[in-house]
Amino acid sequence: MKMKYLKDVTTLAFHAERCVGCGLCAEVCPHGVFHVESGKAQVVDKDLCMECGACKMNCPEEAIEVNAGVGCAVAIIMSWITGKEPSCGCSDDGGCC
Amino acid sequence: MSTGDCCCEANNSCCSNKAVKTVSTTLTFEDICGAWKARWGIGRMDYIVNPGLYAVGSPNSDSPVLVSANYKLTFDTLRKNLSGLDCWLLILNTKGVNVWCAAGKGTFGTDELIYQIKAVGLSETVTHRKLILPQLGAPGVRAHEVRKSTGFSVMYGPVRASDIKTFISSGYKATKEMRTVKFTLWDRLVLTPMELVESAKVSLMVFGVLFLLNLVAVRPFGLEDFLAYAASVFIGAVVTPALLPVIPGKAFAFKGWLLGAIGTACIAWSYGWFSSPFLLLGVGYMLVLPAHSAFLAMNFTGASTYTSPSGVLKEMKIAIPLIVFSFVVGMLLILMKTFMG
Repeated sequence: MKMKYLKDVTTLAFHAERCVGCGLCAEVCPHGVFHVESGKAQVVDKDLCMECGACKMNCPEEAIEVNAGVGCAVAIIMSWITGKEPSCGCSDDGGCC
Repeated sequence: MSTGDCCCEANNSCCSNKAVKTVSTTLTFEDICGAWKARWGIGRMDYIVNPGLYAVGSPNSDSPVLVSANYKLTFDTLRKNLSGLDCWLLILNTKGVNVWCAAGKGTFGTDELIYQIKAVGLSETVTHRKLILPQLGAPGVRAHEVRKSTGFSVMYGPVRASDIKTFISSGYKATKEMRTVKFTLWDRLVLTPMELVESAKVSLMVFGVLFLLNLVAVRPFGLEDFLAYAASVFIGAVVTPALLPVIPGKAFAFKGWLLGAIGTACIAWSYGWFSSPFLLLGVGYMLVLPAHSAFLAMNFTGASTYTSPSGVLKEMKIAIPLIVFSFVVGMLLILMKTFMG
């Protein structure tokens, strides 16, 4: 069973006009959000996106935008306290991931 | 973090040695013990191997190069899946963090990969110009930049190390199945000890405060209270993660609250906390404990493999005010019972 999180929250945006169909986005996405057909990528199911940023990092044409980050409540709480960007607290004394 | 120490149990040569170390594809009893300890958070941040180049089997200049992280649990999982293969392992310095988390932080990243390729002189070790990276390293690596600055082209392999042999033997092709992250019951269960250890640390502080309150209490906290509390921890940190896909709702906090409410209601009922002299206690715990389970379950978003930061933020904005309100009101009711009997 494919687990799904909240609907309509992802910041993923795909600019099809810039896509050259290299297919790397479909290759790196851990949840099968992209599918490449006849030389163009398309977003199959946006709500499966976990905003890891792999597609954006590896798109050579910068056709993908997403506010990538960690989907971790502890990291977000820590960022509220310290005022820094949310990040897994692994470097301190354990906790996350 | 002990960076200077030797930590590659796989053989006895020392780390400063420039020669490439050969690693075994069988795990020893110590490796398995070490993995168990890391899962329980014992020495977890120092469970590392040295970055650099390793050999599996007897690789030559044509053999594939696999890139991975220097968390020993990651390193061991990888090498135990490479039996019978001749290949090179290029281990990046991710500061003892697994590939996916390190890619998110950027330590498993373009710069570190370029640095290690040059540091180990990879272009002299192998004649081909291909690297196999774990797919989950992709959030940290720009494949096209690596190729531009080193000449090595990056190929993303499967998500799981157990699929690497099939990936290589099928001519570097990964099926959709190999490309998809799962979150099986077992995947979730191995993460729960860490959740328990984290909540145990907080629990010790709670017990300290309750002990002090007991000195002046009319109705001191006892075994029954402890069991009800322990159940809320177990429900939030173990049961909710284990049953995650079958619990109704999408938000983790809601799932934790729901199971917490059912669990607390059963316990409170069996102790008779819903009848007159204890009603304050029963209602108080119904407000405090499910909220506690909800909070612990919400924290499991960090261990899950499918929650987006935007989603978690949305969940938290709704859940945290409710959790705090419920917790505070419930605590007041319990303290009324504690001090007025």
